Amino acid sequence: MSAPAPPMHSPAARAMAERLGLTMGRANLEAYADTLLALAREDHRIMAVTSDSRGSGKLGPFGQALPTQIVEVGIAEQNLVGIAAGLAACGKKPFATSPACFVTARSLEQVKNDICYSDVPAVVVGISAGVSYGALGSTHHSLHDFAALRAIHNIAIVAPADNAETIAAVRLAAAAAHPVYLRFGKAAMHDLPPAIGGAPFAFGRARALREGTDAAILATGETVIHAVLASAALAEEGIRCRVVSMPTVRPLDGDAVLAAGRECGAVVVAEEHCVHGGLGEACATLLLTSRLSVPFTIAALPDADTVTGSQADIFRHYGLTMEGLAERVRGLLR
Amino acid sequence: MTRSPLSDRDLLRKSIEYRRDTLRAIVEAGAGHTGGSLSCIDILNVLYNRVLRITPENWSSAVRDRYVQSKGHSVEALYVVLADQGFYPRDQINTLCQYRSPYIGHPTRKVPGIEMNTGALGHGLPICVGMALAAQRDGHDARVFTLLGDGELAEGSNWEAAMAAAHHRLDNLTAIVDHNTLQITGATRDVCSNEPLDAKFAAFGWHVRQVNGHDLAALKAAFTDPGPPGVPVCVIADTIKGRGVSFMEGVLKWHHGVPSADEHARAEGEFSAALAAWESSR
Repeated sequence: MSAPAPPMHSPAARAMAERLGLTMGRANLEAYADTLLALAREDHRIMAVTSDSRGSGKLGPFGQALPTQIVEVGIAEQNLVGIAAGLAACGKKPFATSPACFVTARSLEQVKNDICYSDVPAVVVGISAGVSYGALGSTHHSLHDFAALRAIHNIAIVAPADNAETIAAVRLAAAAAHPVYLRFGKAAMHDLPPAIGGAPFAFGRARALREGTDAAILATGETVIHAVLASAALAEEGIRCRVVSMPTVRPLDGDAVLAAGRECGAVVVAEEHCVHGGLGEACATLLLTSRLSVPFTIAALPDADTVTGSQADIFRHYGLTMEGLAERVRGLLR
Repeated sequence: MTRSPLSDRDLLRKSIEYRRDTLRAIVEAGAGHTGGSLSCIDILNVLYNRVLRITPENWSSAVRDRYVQSKGHSVEALYVVLADQGFYPRDQINTLCQYRSPYIGHPTRKVPGIEMNTGALGHGLPICVGMALAAQRDGHDARVFTLLGDGELAEGSNWEAAMAAAHHRLDNLTAIVDHNTLQITGATRDVCSNEPLDAKFAAFGWHVRQVNGHDLAALKAAFTDPGPPGVPVCVIADTIKGRGVSFMEGVLKWHHGVPSADEHARAEGEFSAALAAWESSR
């Protein structure tokens, strides 16, 4: 845990980010915690609910500033989510914050029944998601959460890609009348280029970050930056690759998916998730049921015993990098 | 607050009528959790007619009391009591478990007066801890009640919540255990014993009261007598599964058994006799 994290990007990818003028932001987790505190100072219905997770959730300052708006339940995720549901049913706006690996597995039944089925406006926040805790092993990976939650009715699934998307997502979640799942990691993230056309962040709205019709990469969460860099690398070879950030796995921006399928020569979906049941399969289903045939692949983690190491190591191993995603595009175009 | 002007004597009649109507609903639907509905009737009667500040009129009030039925399978009894409280006409329950009826086999917020969707066991107490925390943090005097099955207490989430309730000093929270000592496989003591329940809740920091769960006065006292400040209250209500129908009392098969026409006629006869006895006791 204490070893310094290896860089997320190769030297070539770092150089590319510099050429694109992309600045390094903070961890989305930190953007979440700061935004939640700012919102909660104004709206006293907002509560942070933690399962011995205020440290890992960067909510220490929240607890100090607003002690009546934080509830600690101890290491008890079922109770965490049940309590959040009860708070939400009584007019509070709880953000139940716990590592994604636990809050979408140990307490999945509470998410399904107490929050989604009862339809209370609680927010489930999966921190250190995907393989953020890569070296800690599969107990601490959440590569199932999109799949599990996509099969449960009535919860938005939101994986912001950078600090700006995170801030916007937290604000929308705080105002949402229905359940929301927020999911992000703990590594510092690059700030993404602005959305083409200035499209505002909204649930169900994809954000095009780079134009192109030779191919498209539809990406969500912390893979989006790698897609942007891959597109820039491909541009140097004359391949124009669209990049679309898909922060909401549900509601899915079907128009953006279908546009990529219709207009681009190949579609790659990138996600920090198992290949089963995530954004990739959501896009594949939509394309197929819309009778759109396009070279297609999912860049994600395989249905296999996941390698361990840092998030960066695991991304490199499975090709969720500038180099890896560019190669997936080339492969589809060959 | 007592919404109804019912006398203590009238309250006794309510229990008989609620049992009769619950069984009728189960027979009509051809399905239901008969034994556990009959065991908790007196608890629901006292809650809704003597204790809870929950009415159709105050339903939108943020400071109303809250009741979450964690043992959701006994929903037939709750539907009958809520109809009697005026949340909907009694004949609505005739659609119990029918195609597209909101009156399904577990509590659902689609039915007026139902606070939360329950049915999976071990969910009510954590939800009620959240509700009690909301009232505590807002500084109002709403009270929060949940009804747990004794078999349900094998679910570990109950004990997570029990720990948190004591830690957060939720003296506005009352957990009622319908201690009928039977679950679907057999005696709870034999399936996977959770006894002694009183000592367990006490060890988790609760003020425990064990009462006859069919004694209306004892139940009322258990639900309303102030407990120690900062301590949640657990009422272990000793009940009889199938209470009120002689051939169902304490008999396992009535967990979700539906009486035949003959059996139902016998039960109706017993309810009629009980009502006649109530009349003549004047």
